[in-house]
Amino acid sequence: MSPPEPTPPLLSLHGVDKSFGAVQALRDARLDLYAGEAHGLVGENGAGKSTLVRVLSGAHRPDTGQLTMDGQPLVLHGPADARAAGIAVIYQEPTLFPDLSVAENIFMGRQPLRSYRRIDKAAMRTRTAELFARLGVHLDPDRPARGLSIADQQLVEIAKALSFDARVLVMDEPTAALSGVEVERLFGVARSLRDAGAAVLFISHRFDEVFALCQRITVMRDGRWVSTDRAGDLTVDALVRRMVGREISALFPRVDHDPGEPVLDVRGLTLGGVFEDVSFTVRAGEIVALAGLVGAGRSEVARAVFGVDGYDSGAVTVAGKALRPGRPDLAIAAGLALVPEDRRQQGLVMDLSVERNVTLVRRWALSRFGLLASRAERRSARTWADRLQVKAGALTDDVSTLSGGNQQKVVLAKWLSTDPTVLIVDEPTRGIDVATKAEVHRLLSEQAARGVAVLMVSSELPEVLGMADRVLVMHEGRLVADIPRHGADEESVMFAATGSAGDKT
Amino acid sequence: MTALAERPGDTRTRGRVVAQRFFVVRELGIGLALLLLIVITALVNPRFLAAQSIKDLLLGSTILAILATGQAIVVITRNVDLSVGSVLGLSAFAVGTLFVSAPGTPIPVALAMGVALGAACGAVNGLLIAAARVPALVVTLGTLYVFRGIDYTWATGKQVNAADMPAGFLRMGTKAVLGVPVLALFAVVVLVFAGYYLRAFRSGRELYAIGSEPAAARLNGIPVGRRIFGAFVVSGALAGFAGVLYAARFGTLDANAGINSELNVVAAVVVGGVAIFGGSGSVYGAALGAVLLTTIGAALPVLGVSPFWQRAAVGALILAAIGLDRILMARVGERLRVIGGRSVAENAPNQRKGARRA
Repeated sequence: MSPPEPTPPLLSLHGVDKSFGAVQALRDARLDLYAGEAHGLVGENGAGKSTLVRVLSGAHRPDTGQLTMDGQPLVLHGPADARAAGIAVIYQEPTLFPDLSVAENIFMGRQPLRSYRRIDKAAMRTRTAELFARLGVHLDPDRPARGLSIADQQLVEIAKALSFDARVLVMDEPTAALSGVEVERLFGVARSLRDAGAAVLFISHRFDEVFALCQRITVMRDGRWVSTDRAGDLTVDALVRRMVGREISALFPRVDHDPGEPVLDVRGLTLGGVFEDVSFTVRAGEIVALAGLVGAGRSEVARAVFGVDGYDSGAVTVAGKALRPGRPDLAIAAGLALVPEDRRQQGLVMDLSVERNVTLVRRWALSRFGLLASRAERRSARTWADRLQVKAGALTDDVSTLSGGNQQKVVLAKWLSTDPTVLIVDEPTRGIDVATKAEVHRLLSEQAARGVAVLMVSSELPEVLGMADRVLVMHEGRLVADIPRHGADEESVMFAATGSAGDKT
Repeated sequence: MTALAERPGDTRTRGRVVAQRFFVVRELGIGLALLLLIVITALVNPRFLAAQSIKDLLLGSTILAILATGQAIVVITRNVDLSVGSVLGLSAFAVGTLFVSAPGTPIPVALAMGVALGAACGAVNGLLIAAARVPALVVTLGTLYVFRGIDYTWATGKQVNAADMPAGFLRMGTKAVLGVPVLALFAVVVLVFAGYYLRAFRSGRELYAIGSEPAAARLNGIPVGRRIFGAFVVSGALAGFAGVLYAARFGTLDANAGINSELNVVAAVVVGGVAIFGGSGSVYGAALGAVLLTTIGAALPVLGVSPFWQRAAVGALILAAIGLDRILMARVGERLRVIGGRSVAENAPNQRKGARRA
């Protein structure tokens, strides 16, 4: 299937197997990266993409198979070897040292030296400033990495890659947490590197980005290579079919129905400097999307409604009863549920088992005389895991062993088991694969059909447009638009989100 | 806040200023506390500042400061070395025994032997931690007892007296140059070397990187195991060195030298502003912490505070130091987010929001 290529690949990987215990993460994986070309790698979560990246970065050593660079075999004993070979990796989650300065983060282990092998701090600072100038960003080389936004952290990672003139740049879902402007800038840098003769490997769940950047696209499934084609010969549909190996019935299984009584009512919610005068209602059986750019204050509103954070003024009422600010326990008792943005940090206790995570919120309801009866816990967890089709070896396994999509299902199971009347979901499908995405969407749809009021914060426009009965758009802390389903399209939402035509709607 | 958002050009220097002020404040805070303590005590009892007393303070701080320097290097890597007191005891007794069995041994040889013995003990810790990947707390808690046990077995019924040691060696423990005790000079040299190494050399900076984010350190190609091993060898060697100085200062040695000193050392490091979870702090701060703890021990009796309250005072100081760190950290974090939360000019209006997002 691979098109014939006149020039030999810069970096190539063939017949690579890698297993962790009984789990085989890669089987006969292959990849050819060409100089001056961006290569997309797509696949569901658990397809082995991240393992492949770790093989390329030297973090994992393959069990079999080999890497060649410029036709010569390349053996990587660790990340230092990969870097010496000119392979730069930008991981999904930035890997910075919060206590050290930005300049040190970029040059760690490769600091410019002066006499007696001492670090030349002035040179390090100057070179960092030069790199930032090349990238067109205003970051102070001396400030610590602590407190940088995710986008700025990615930029530091990119500066790192630039600093040693990487010949191969690997980006593992770098855009998951970025807004439109930031993605554009990242792509600008990737393109200029590519045009300068570097090979770029780009991994993403966002197909529009893959098609925008890449000349060649490889699909992986279950740790195996499926296909490699020129981007021009492919369509999104074809990609999705190859990724899942079957047709996806419908990515957005939204059924129309009439919403009921207002359940969640938010009035004049204000938190100084974060959001101002936010008012909206969500009715029973309605899915309301909260759209906007990253940093517009959407998650903050969701957190304030649920009581994780306080607010300065305003009121939240659930089914006519006022909620006290800053009290998530009362919010849960009132029938609220919040599936947070960051499942690893906020949604799950990673060291606990799947069943413990599922029953975490209901531990008191499931206990008798203050003791948790493990049988009741297990039964309840089993019910919910089955209902959501969580794929886990055993429910007693640590939740950290599951793939991202299955972890998200566990978070959903946890909250659905509380039988909420208002379900708030923050980026419910971030970083999970297409098939699981469809399942999550089906679940949300089901909940709405059962009469649950759903408030969905999402940065993915197709999801917002495909799922929501109404779209609320936030811009710089204010609610700027309330668009009904039939009036919502990409244009109207983006206009409102960027604040360019707030009065248009 | 608003003014900053309007002038994004300022952010380049502000970040550095905020960060630097933070680190200066940490060490300055300890210095100020020390000064305050000395001034108050001197006002209550002017004889506290007499030359002999200052010399005593410096002398008393020396051994703790050297141990704290080694401990700080370990703590910076997000580890801890609880075995330093036992290593000190072992090394001190070994030096005493060396002088008993070979009376003519030159002082540098004795010093080298103490350091080498300490380094060997540190290597045992380092191997277990870096190669076998056992948490440092567990390993060094174990070796704390093992090394002390070896010391007891060896020293049972034996005591080394000042008379057994060469006069020159004992003079080293009490003599002063221009009013500064020789032992304190040793500590200053160790301190300056360690401080410069941590600041100016790649491997020194890598210790901070490891403590700041161990997973990122691995992905950055830093030889994490080797560096942690090195940190423990240095901590052990410094504890061995401190043992030799202990022998020179006190002359009389049994198996109890340096017993229960490990938590005092950790306290000095924490009071000195080295974050217990690694990644930040300096050996200078740790040494200042050691001087502060020693001064408290000397000042409280002068102030008429019952000795029973002295420990409580040390405890309160540790809590105050940690509290101060937390507050400073939160405030600096907030300001850094304001300054550099968003780097793109288009997003400048968002800067205030970035500040509030966790």
